[in-house]
Amino acid sequence: MVWRPTLPTKSDPARLDVRKTYKLYVGGAFPRSESGRSYVVNSAKGKFLANASQASRKDARDAVVAARKAFGGWSTKTAYNRGQVLYRIAEVMEGRHEQFSSEVAASEGLSISKARAVVDASIDRWVWYAGWADKLAQVVGSSNPVAGPYFDFSLPEATGVVAVLAPQDSSLLGLTSVIAPAIVSGNTVVAVTSFERPLPAVTLGEVMATSDLPGGVVNILTGSASEIGPWLAGHLDVNAIDLAGVTDADEARDLEAASAENLKRVRRPADEDWAESPGLSRLTQYLELKTVWHPIGV
Amino acid sequence: MSRFEYAPAPESRAIVDIKSSYGLFINGAFVEATDGKPFKTVSPASEEVLAEVSEAGPADVDKAVRAARKAYDKVWGPMPGRDRAKYLYRIARLIQERSRELAVLESLDNGKPIRESRDVDLPLVAAHFFYYAGWADKLEYAGAGENPQPLGVAAQVIPWNFPLMMLAWKIAPALAAGNTVVLKPAETTPLTALAFAEICQQADLPPGVVNIITGAGRTGQALVEHEGVDKVAFTGSTAVGRAIAKSVAGTDKKVTLELGGKAANIVFEDAPIDQTIEGIVNGIFFNQGHVCCAGSRLLVQESVYDEVLARLKRRMSTLRIGDPLDKNTDIGAINSPEQLARIRELSQVGEDEGAERWSPECELPPQGYWFPPTVFTGVSQAHRIAREEIFGPVLSVLTFRTPAEAVEKANNTPFGLSAGVWTDKGSRILWMANQLRAGVVWANTFNRFDPTSPFGGYKESGYGREGGRHGLEAYLAH
Amino acid sequence: MTSSEDRLRRFLLGLPGVDQVGAEARAATLSTRSIKTTAKAYALDLAIQMIDLTTLEGQDTPGKVRALCAKAKRPDPADPTAPQVAAVCVYPDLVATAKYELRGSGINVASVATAFPSGRSSLAIKVQDTKDAVAAGADEVDMVIDRGAFLSGRYGLVFDEITAIREAAGDAHLKVILETGELVTYDNVRRASWLAMLAGADFIKTSTGKVSPAATLPVTLVMLEAVRDYHEASGLHIGVKPAGGIRTAKDAIKYLVTVNETAGPDWLDPELFRFGASSLLNDLLMQRTKLATGNYSGPDYFTLD
Repeated sequence: MVWRPTLPTKSDPARLDVRKTYKLYVGGAFPRSESGRSYVVNSAKGKFLANASQASRKDARDAVVAARKAFGGWSTKTAYNRGQVLYRIAEVMEGRHEQFSSEVAASEGLSISKARAVVDASIDRWVWYAGWADKLAQVVGSSNPVAGPYFDFSLPEATGVVAVLAPQDSSLLGLTSVIAPAIVSGNTVVAVTSFERPLPAVTLGEVMATSDLPGGVVNILTGSASEIGPWLAGHLDVNAIDLAGVTDADEARDLEAASAENLKRVRRPADEDWAESPGLSRLTQYLELKTVWHPIGV
Repeated sequence: MSRFEYAPAPESRAIVDIKSSYGLFINGAFVEATDGKPFKTVSPASEEVLAEVSEAGPADVDKAVRAARKAYDKVWGPMPGRDRAKYLYRIARLIQERSRELAVLESLDNGKPIRESRDVDLPLVAAHFFYYAGWADKLEYAGAGENPQPLGVAAQVIPWNFPLMMLAWKIAPALAAGNTVVLKPAETTPLTALAFAEICQQADLPPGVVNIITGAGRTGQALVEHEGVDKVAFTGSTAVGRAIAKSVAGTDKKVTLELGGKAANIVFEDAPIDQTIEGIVNGIFFNQGHVCCAGSRLLVQESVYDEVLARLKRRMSTLRIGDPLDKNTDIGAINSPEQLARIRELSQVGEDEGAERWSPECELPPQGYWFPPTVFTGVSQAHRIAREEIFGPVLSVLTFRTPAEAVEKANNTPFGLSAGVWTDKGSRILWMANQLRAGVVWANTFNRFDPTSPFGGYKESGYGREGGRHGLEAYLAH
Repeated sequence: MTSSEDRLRRFLLGLPGVDQVGAEARAATLSTRSIKTTAKAYALDLAIQMIDLTTLEGQDTPGKVRALCAKAKRPDPADPTAPQVAAVCVYPDLVATAKYELRGSGINVASVATAFPSGRSSLAIKVQDTKDAVAAGADEVDMVIDRGAFLSGRYGLVFDEITAIREAAGDAHLKVILETGELVTYDNVRRASWLAMLAGADFIKTSTGKVSPAATLPVTLVMLEAVRDYHEASGLHIGVKPAGGIRTAKDAIKYLVTVNETAGPDWLDPELFRFGASSLLNDLLMQRTKLATGNYSGPDYFTLD
């Protein structure tokens, strides 16, 4: 029997509620876009939901700086520590279950019970990823029996700053599925949200800000992946890019070509069923492998 | 005051709430034992009676195993790993929340210093539950096949030296893999296991998944020999381990054993000397030497013998023995009068066989079971104190000249749990690690544990590993 | 065939290594000591008596130095039983002012010298800098070693500079600043400690306070091990001074515990252990007040100089 709070009903129907504002999440803080732009976000049914900040290339630039700054600390935390933080994200999300459910329902046009199932799956996915932090090295790494008197081992390491163009349709579960695997191993992320369905991402940013996740580890830019994507793809201080949210094949090709400038690790867009168990693929996408040799002798 | 005397700094006892008596934890509730004789558990530092504890007789053991079986068949076995994970995460969080209380309880019941139970035991307990929680929904990646299955009901018997930590090492992987358990804590240290039972209730763990039955040797024997048990996990003496291995012969029961040791702590002339001395001290005096992997044989290269011994004795003189609840205590009480008698007996043997005995001057409290940190020099392999596990704060010192000789002496024992190597040279560390027949090799450190790191012995120190991906193997069918 | 610099190098490189993880773990364990009640009172008073109250700023003026000296003599305006500090530490051109203000108090005047803090100047200038400080009345001289020379392996040069300053300092007692934040490794700290002691230091000091990290507990631990070992070998007691970054009474007490359990009780004496600090003093006084009155105090009750 799972306890759920009942759907909020106004104690006093005449009471005006305090509406939420939706800003960017960069470097642990919630700034508006430096461009001052915002854009209208409607529900799937066309009802006005909010004016979201529209991120500019300069916001993206600042987010990469924040992500780079956070990388040293995040990637050198113990794996145990990172796992604890991701688990805390799940804990805090659980507390905001109803808020996420109503945002997902409105954004994706789902019934409230289907939206709740999406939120359940998203929280569970954070829990699943949290448990990977201190196991990746054991599953992905190896001790290598080289033909000589050498101790030889291979260890995975985080690659650095990962740009993520989040899925356009799956505003929370898909978003989780592209961010969590990158950060659990120590990478930091700059994510551009779904253009039409950005609101759950901002709430996720709020969860992260209160979950001991250091500022800058995840940066969330609401706005257009078509506009921001090229700037991230061409950015020489970004080490990898996930094109999940790019729906146009030509755009995807151009972004991949731009990424080649500094040999970014690229994840091409594909038809993804976010409900399925993710497997190791995204986890290992953003890992380098370091092999070390040392002689054995008196 | 011309000397810097540390005033008493006691950790408060007010945080624990010890009941006057405890029943058995079976099927999610505390119940009265039906056919056992209750016994008392004492604080070894003061001999004060802490509580009365039930003894589980054969009927109680049977009840517990049946409860575990029912929970396995109906609830835990069919439960998806994702949900088992969440229960384990809840338990991990509850342990973190109640850490201070559990640490104080452990120090009271076991005699170990609060600094160690607070800074070493409890963090590892929580970490083990977190680590294995994360495996529960990823078993297909554990290296045991695509769809590994649990074994069923696990009978687990644990020792008194790290009561709650040994409980965590047993229960966490078993539950993560989908088994249910019946665990018997040691008779001198039942209290943290009983508190853990409460934590299972707070976590809403389905009844019967974890059962805690208290008692001594015969309870353990009844449990291990019960027909309804699929798996036996034991940590304790080699003698009892042998008996268990015999008793499961011819059955289908899987067994893992983590037994005694007589580890060699090997110091080369180029060791980083100050940290080496810390490592020697930590290796044998941490937890009063009640450690299966204790560095109880110091093998020091002859060329640096004088220097190492002089520094070691000087360092031992700063060790503080006393009230386990005092935050400045380094060495606590010996866990029981039986253990104290054994340590005394073997120390006398050491003297009788001609080794030279030394302890720093220390004031031992008038009440309780105490033994000063002790060093025997002039020890050779033939001495009993170099061969037999003392399980107390007693170090035997031997010398060697070459790496090969060190290896030979280190391996010349029926045990094979751990070893230490101290040298500044990397290739020598790896060469020694290759040659040493021990399940854990510590280089330039000692007594380091982590839930991700497999731990277990070679030879008569047992078989099976706890910790890491490999620690799941013991609880999966393959 | 082997020069004396060669012999010095072989000696220093032959010293036992320091395992970083082990050294830091030992310092961390010593930090868990819980010092309460009577032990705390002893430690707080001792720490105050070990302070070299310091001002080393470009903007120092005689007025600033006078205020500091007044505080040195009477640290707690509300409590005359509070002990005095060990010394006041200033730049050479302010020594005379400090000397005048502290006359008759028993508090020493320490002066930095040798092109402090960088040490990047000629030996002649460094020697003159020292002589000026001593002529102005400095009782103690805090010199810096040439870190560039040390890190490039010119140990003989570093050694010779220390002996030259030792001579120029005359009867003043000499502290040698290693600038451990720039030496970085504990192995280097051990070697530099031995080098300084062999060259005639009365004290070895961690830092100028102008570079981060300044003093840390593990670095001080390694230096205390060095003076202990040097005493075993030579019979001489050399002092240790951690400087910079020690702001709270809690930290100071950790250092005293480390002294107690590493070098030993002989070093629990301002003659052999000092804290180079300024804001530490007020925190020690606040803790002292709390022990005496039972109430937590606040910054308004202590002077800012």
